Amino acid sequence: MSQLQAEMTPQAGKSSGKAWLWGILPVALLIAIVAVILTVGTGVKEESPIPIENVEFERVYVNENGIVLNLLNASPQAVDIVMARVADAYWDFTIKPDGAIPRMGRATVTIPYPWVEGDGYEVRLVTGESTVFSTEIGAAIQAPAPDAQRFMQYALIGFYVGVVPVALGLLWFPLMRRFTARGIHAVLAFTIGLLLFLVVDTFQEGFELAEQAPESLKGSGLVWFGAILSMLFLIAIDQMNERKKGKEGSRGERISFMLASGIGLHNFGEGLAIGAAFAVGEAALGTFLIIGFTLHNMTEGIGVAAPLAQRQRPKLRTFVWLALIAGGPAILGTWVGGFVMNNTLASLYFGIGAGAIIQVVFVIGRMLWKESVKLGYAPVSWTNYAGVAAGIALMYGTSLLVSG
Amino acid sequence: MFDRRKQISRRSFLKAGAAGAAALIGGALLNPGALLGGRSAHAESHEGHEGHAESGHGSHGMQHGFTPGTEVTEGLVMAREALSNFDYGKVSTLPDGRTLREYEIVSFEKDIEIAQGVKFPAWTFNGTVPGPTIRCTEGDVVRVKFSNASSHPHSIHFHGIHPTDMDGLEAIPPGGTFTYEFEAYPAGMQVYHCHVPPFQTHIHKGMYGNFIIDPKTPRAPAQELSMVMNGFDLDFDSDNDIYAVNSYAFAFMQEPIKVKAGKLVRIYLSSFLEFDLINSFHLHAAYFHYYATGADPEARPYYTDTVVLAQGERGLVEILFPRPGKYMFHAHVNEFTELGWVGFFEAE
Repeated sequence: MSQLQAEMTPQAGKSSGKAWLWGILPVALLIAIVAVILTVGTGVKEESPIPIENVEFERVYVNENGIVLNLLNASPQAVDIVMARVADAYWDFTIKPDGAIPRMGRATVTIPYPWVEGDGYEVRLVTGESTVFSTEIGAAIQAPAPDAQRFMQYALIGFYVGVVPVALGLLWFPLMRRFTARGIHAVLAFTIGLLLFLVVDTFQEGFELAEQAPESLKGSGLVWFGAILSMLFLIAIDQMNERKKGKEGSRGERISFMLASGIGLHNFGEGLAIGAAFAVGEAALGTFLIIGFTLHNMTEGIGVAAPLAQRQRPKLRTFVWLALIAGGPAILGTWVGGFVMNNTLASLYFGIGAGAIIQVVFVIGRMLWKESVKLGYAPVSWTNYAGVAAGIALMYGTSLLVSG
Repeated sequence: MFDRRKQISRRSFLKAGAAGAAALIGGALLNPGALLGGRSAHAESHEGHEGHAESGHGSHGMQHGFTPGTEVTEGLVMAREALSNFDYGKVSTLPDGRTLREYEIVSFEKDIEIAQGVKFPAWTFNGTVPGPTIRCTEGDVVRVKFSNASSHPHSIHFHGIHPTDMDGLEAIPPGGTFTYEFEAYPAGMQVYHCHVPPFQTHIHKGMYGNFIIDPKTPRAPAQELSMVMNGFDLDFDSDNDIYAVNSYAFAFMQEPIKVKAGKLVRIYLSSFLEFDLINSFHLHAAYFHYYATGADPEARPYYTDTVVLAQGERGLVEILFPRPGKYMFHAHVNEFTELGWVGFFEAE
């Protein structure tokens, strides 16, 4: 270690004037090479025998003006949309902005097609190079207008799904306080089980969205990057706090808040799904979703409260904040899912959520381990193991309420 | 796009075995009846306006169908010229008194315009799709000098009665030439096309045209038009994306064909559609006589407003427009209509 450090230590004073030259040289050479390639070419035959056109459908919906397509030109060249076809008929259309879509540019195509509610449509766009891009509308249902009433409705749904169940779960706190150390450990293990389920679930959601996101934006990569960066970020914050405070007394509360934030990120995702369901007018299905998510999320409240259980009486305000942090994001998620939706951002977001939850699992696990060692218990006792298993099983069981 | 349908079905509560009880609770708590009621009321407002976009979901901006532009494009010009250009060849008389007609056909690849702004990388005879309409009289000696200037082997296979060594089955390699020579027989509406495998590819890419053999006793004088019903697959799924007459979608919707009421109009009609087995020709507000192939002088024509043509089938359509007006014509395979195979006659 010390040897390594000695080698890593910058050798101050020794020709530091030249050092920056070595920093700049590779950059200068890179710029020169790029300039040469841009002017002279690579020497490799560049012309493709067929035009490489790639148009991604970022959002497809119907409204009172007809069928609306939000496009992204993900190809290396400009793309000119010249014809639009709906269900085996060419139809007039408008494109904004006018003209060819530049590389990585966006445009909105509106086709004034008299769609019939509930019918499915295949929509195809033909480019000037006679490339065809198609997308489907499973069942045409008017996208709800983002008016104040909708806004409030969605907020209410998010409240039901996020804040209410977490708060209900927190109500078990007084009971949990009466537990012995072993009992609390089992509850913590149970929380770990819940969270492990959420990690897997969040990753799955993220990859599913990534599949639908434009390929050129590397959807599934974003899930991983989001997870890694958010996990490291939260670990960094945690370690910083540990050094600053060092007060053992606030540890349980801090973990609770961390847990609440991780779960909050997850609940944002649930909000997305519910908002999206309402946005396509599947209101009844949305109702079932709400009930399912409420049951599902109640367990999250238990998890959030568990780390507090071995401390002195926390303030009521703490609980209010925990409920808001863990549940409140569901409201935001419902708004986003209901009014705007972007698969690329959503998959990045799910990655971030997964990373956050992993970090919480890590922190609780470490806490459980340390305490067990301190008290002379086995860290992975059968009660703890049963706690983890029960957490996963309960999440799995309640998740059946919201999945088919 | 965030696939909402998928999300919902994946989460479909109804499919979940454990759902029943919660569904009841859900029904009681959140009163989905009201939500469902709201939806069905909304749905009702859509009923009874199918095809009437002006009513219903506030859709004032809805339009019907496709409006061809006004720009006279390269593709429109090609379709227009194919309609009325007949190639009678270079005419001379042979020592035995028969008429010799000499034609030159060159095959090469060319991007053609098949709808406004849509390019199609075609394989052509003389740079157009369909190729030139070759026309002669029964008994004439037809001599076609074929040069292959494309990068694939091609041939010309003529329909009709002729020696089998002039049948166009032999592929002419790139850069090669071949002279087809035979006596034109029988009178009627023939066609020609490339016959090199993969056959479907060569035809679909545009290597075909009409070949008319007039009877020795001329047919009644008429305004004559040549129409090849065809289509184009743009995305290689063996399903046509564009349908047309003479290769340009909506050509004669943009520019109606001028005819005269009470004066005979004769259309030499063929179908070179690939992938779809049948095509059809339907005329609005008038009837016509249809002579399948047109080779049998004693054949009784079919008097109708709709005929169905299979791949490679052809015939003569003779129309007397009863009065001035705009007469629509289109494939009564309705899908083709809205994908480009529709037009108008404008009778004066």
